[in-house]
Amino acid sequence: MDWASLIRPLLPEIIMITLALLIIILELFIHRKETIAMFSIATIAITAYFIPDSMGETFGGMFISDGYSIFFKYIFFINLILTVLVSIKYLKIERSEFGEYYVLILFSTVGMMIMASAGDLIVLYLGLELMALSTYVLAGFIRHSTRSNEAALKYFLLGAFSSAIILFGISLIYALSGTTLIYELPEKIEASANATPLLIALIFLIAAFGFKVALVPFHVWTPDVYEGAPTSVTAFMSVGPKAAGFAALGRVFIVGLTPTVIQWQWIFIVLSIATMAVGNIVAIQQRNIKRMLAYSSIAHAGYAMLGIVAYSPEGVSAMMNYLLIYTFMNIGAFAVVIMLRSEEFAGEDLDEYKGFAKKHPFVAAVMLLFMFSLTGIPPTAGFIGKFYLFKALVENNLTWLAVVAVIFSVISAYFYLRVVMYMYMYESEKEVPSLSLSPALGLALFITVVYVIVIGVYPSPLLNFVRVVSL
Amino acid sequence: MDVGYPVLSVVIFLPIIGGILLAFIGRHLESFIKWGALLVSILTFILSLPLFTNFDKTTHLMQFVERKDWIPQFGIQYYVGVDGISVLFILLSALITILCVLISWNSIKEKVKEFYISLLLIEGAMIGVFASLDFFLFYIFWEAMLIPMYLIIGVWGGPRRVYAAIKFFLYTLIGSVLMLVAIVYLYLKADTFNILELHTLALPYKTQIWLFWALLAAFAVKVPMWPVHTWLPDAHTEAPTAGSVILAAILIKMGAYGFLRFMLPMLPEATKSMAPFLIGLSVIAIIYGGIVCLAQNDLKRLIAYSSVSHMGFVTLGIFALNPQGIEGGILQMINHGIVTGALFLCVGIIYDRTHSRQISDYGGLASIMPVYAGFFMLFTLASIGLPGLNGFIGEFLIILGAFKAKKLTAVLAATGIIIGAGYMLWLYQRIFFNEVNEKIRGLEPMQFKEALTLILLAIFVIWIGIYPNTFLSFMHVSVAHLLDKVHQATPETMVTINSIRGGF
Repeated sequence: MDWASLIRPLLPEIIMITLALLIIILELFIHRKETIAMFSIATIAITAYFIPDSMGETFGGMFISDGYSIFFKYIFFINLILTVLVSIKYLKIERSEFGEYYVLILFSTVGMMIMASAGDLIVLYLGLELMALSTYVLAGFIRHSTRSNEAALKYFLLGAFSSAIILFGISLIYALSGTTLIYELPEKIEASANATPLLIALIFLIAAFGFKVALVPFHVWTPDVYEGAPTSVTAFMSVGPKAAGFAALGRVFIVGLTPTVIQWQWIFIVLSIATMAVGNIVAIQQRNIKRMLAYSSIAHAGYAMLGIVAYSPEGVSAMMNYLLIYTFMNIGAFAVVIMLRSEEFAGEDLDEYKGFAKKHPFVAAVMLLFMFSLTGIPPTAGFIGKFYLFKALVENNLTWLAVVAVIFSVISAYFYLRVVMYMYMYESEKEVPSLSLSPALGLALFITVVYVIVIGVYPSPLLNFVRVVSL
Repeated sequence: MDVGYPVLSVVIFLPIIGGILLAFIGRHLESFIKWGALLVSILTFILSLPLFTNFDKTTHLMQFVERKDWIPQFGIQYYVGVDGISVLFILLSALITILCVLISWNSIKEKVKEFYISLLLIEGAMIGVFASLDFFLFYIFWEAMLIPMYLIIGVWGGPRRVYAAIKFFLYTLIGSVLMLVAIVYLYLKADTFNILELHTLALPYKTQIWLFWALLAAFAVKVPMWPVHTWLPDAHTEAPTAGSVILAAILIKMGAYGFLRFMLPMLPEATKSMAPFLIGLSVIAIIYGGIVCLAQNDLKRLIAYSSVSHMGFVTLGIFALNPQGIEGGILQMINHGIVTGALFLCVGIIYDRTHSRQISDYGGLASIMPVYAGFFMLFTLASIGLPGLNGFIGEFLIILGAFKAKKLTAVLAATGIIIGAGYMLWLYQRIFFNEVNEKIRGLEPMQFKEALTLILLAIFVIWIGIYPNTFLSFMHVSVAHLLDKVHQATPETMVTINSIRGGF
């Protein structure tokens, strides 16, 4: 095998790492940080250009670039671009404008890409660590803020713990099967599908992945970290690592651990119900909007999990579709939260949204749209996402689970609508703060709004796409 | 039948596009926004008239059909059309919206632009609900309507508006999502969202019962049937006048429309076996609603509870499962829309002047606003069901139908009419007669714009009362066809259908 074909599937990642390293050096000479931000977006553009060409697998199946991974890579790119757009102004306000921020986001994204493409458990682990280490730093990026530092430390300690657990799970699987290649696993573990050690390995993997995508009861870190981290990083974390976690989860469980589906399916059913329940019910209690969105992101992980639970190609498509839609509506909501942040104003407490609609009718209308989309009310994209998931469930004789899921989405309506309520139905006693606007934020908002509406009324092309690239 | 333009699409999307365009008009141009909204709503009504004039009353087939692939992956189509059951509701929606724009002209002072946008969006969604022939499309309109309605109640409503709005939203949503699961289930059974194809689907009895409950959850909340009616008094009472009118006139009709369009033809066996149960609930609603009305001291709340009672008549007629009952039910929905809508408009007119809904704050109003008292009298009598006015025809047909189905229920329902006469006349007495209450001395008389909205509805009250056949004639064929479908589906034929189709 020649070098070219050996490297080709990996080329986007290699290019991205190289460019990211280049940006570190350039950063020394460039003082306008906006330029660095533009560089990071340009890096994505260049990488994305090489993506379609990268189809194939390499290193004996350890690294796979297929439709499935490419779809996820696009999610990561969108996540990165939107995050960068909402970050520029925000970092200035937080007085944390450093070029490393953009480089770390790039590194983290490379880690996610490797996770999505991993055909081998060790490669998966490498990607996971690259992603996680970069995100730890990002969570603590506002150096002078204790909240941010606390978030980073908590995230790091618990994250390191879960990395150890995943590694232990992998080693057990290797001990039983003699391989770490995901696509070879099914036949190797077929015979020992009911063995206790395999079950233990399974539980370790579930716990570790559960931590990464924040499934209940492995979610406890999420609210604190999401609240403490810089808001732009929260937006980034609530989508990227989660989607990467699901990408890996899908490949490992649906492909690799197929013989044990009877064991893991019911565990995931229980976890997803618990996740939807805790996420949605506890969110009702929250008055800090970042914390509320943290719980909402826990709940949404529960919904996305339903796609895996359905255990069918349709289910996986539905999960991918949901994650992409979630990316847009969630970052859109965070963009509005960021707009409210100004030098003298935190913009995190619900009370600060009083009278918002009167002063900023347009942004309020946009936030309203995101809230209804997160609830899953048509004609927004959020509804299409949920609809597809429920369809996959009913198709696989899990109608009862679909009923449970829709009831939780009714509960979620309460707290999403409360934001609308504060914006539209209460008047503020104090002066309503003005927004910190910037062209980049405006662009991010525009992209997300258009997407949420367009997919809401014309989802056909997207549905085609996710069906083709499903596992 | 060809009228040169796609009537249904135009009347669905004209208000929606109008609403979106309003968003781009500067908010200081208030009168421009109002005139724009009025123009759009009038234009929509005029463009919907071919549905009335060009409707073919001799067929049960769908008319004005438009069909286009929308989400081909799931076989979802943009598929709209009307038959004798739905056509009148579309016309009613278009008419009522005009009145809502007029009545809000001076009473909405805050966030004027958003109000008219919401109003127009809701009009488009309402018409969409009645026109949809694809279950998915129906659901989209059905749910999308919640957003503007939630805002109308919550932003422009009375003192407890926030509570009422969220209660309305959550109640309706929980019913709707269960329907969503049922829709998905039906789709996977039949491989289509096409409502007409789903009508021919013969499901086993047990499945029908499950689906029946899921659909009942959505429609019963919307009607609302006793005991899930509790959102209605709150929403009606707190909503601004236009919101109450839309709720009373159109929104709550969708539940009953859902029974007719989905439950009866798709789940005939379940409907037949559950009919006695639903008739029971209807009778409870009629009597309970009436008695609760007697105890109200809030004007709007009283009318809201009277809606519960009147909708009880509607569901009673529907589940009597005979032509008189169903036609009476549909006509009574139109009647109730007109009369209760008019009563809410009436309440709105005095509320704008006094800002009080307490019955005890009024008294002797007849000597201060005599013309207004006359209109109120007319609608009160129509609501009671005085012969010669529209209410009588609907209630008469329903009781006739109920009598054929189950004699006792007809007797009980008739008691409901007596209670209705009691609370409405007592209300009238308390507000318009007796000594003039000091608080309302010197109220300005009714304006022409206000009178105009009432005159329009008064015409219909008398028209339907004297010559109901104009409207009943729309229904005959469609209702007969619907009943054929319900009564044909005996277990024996179902077996044969099953074996032909290879069984589901």
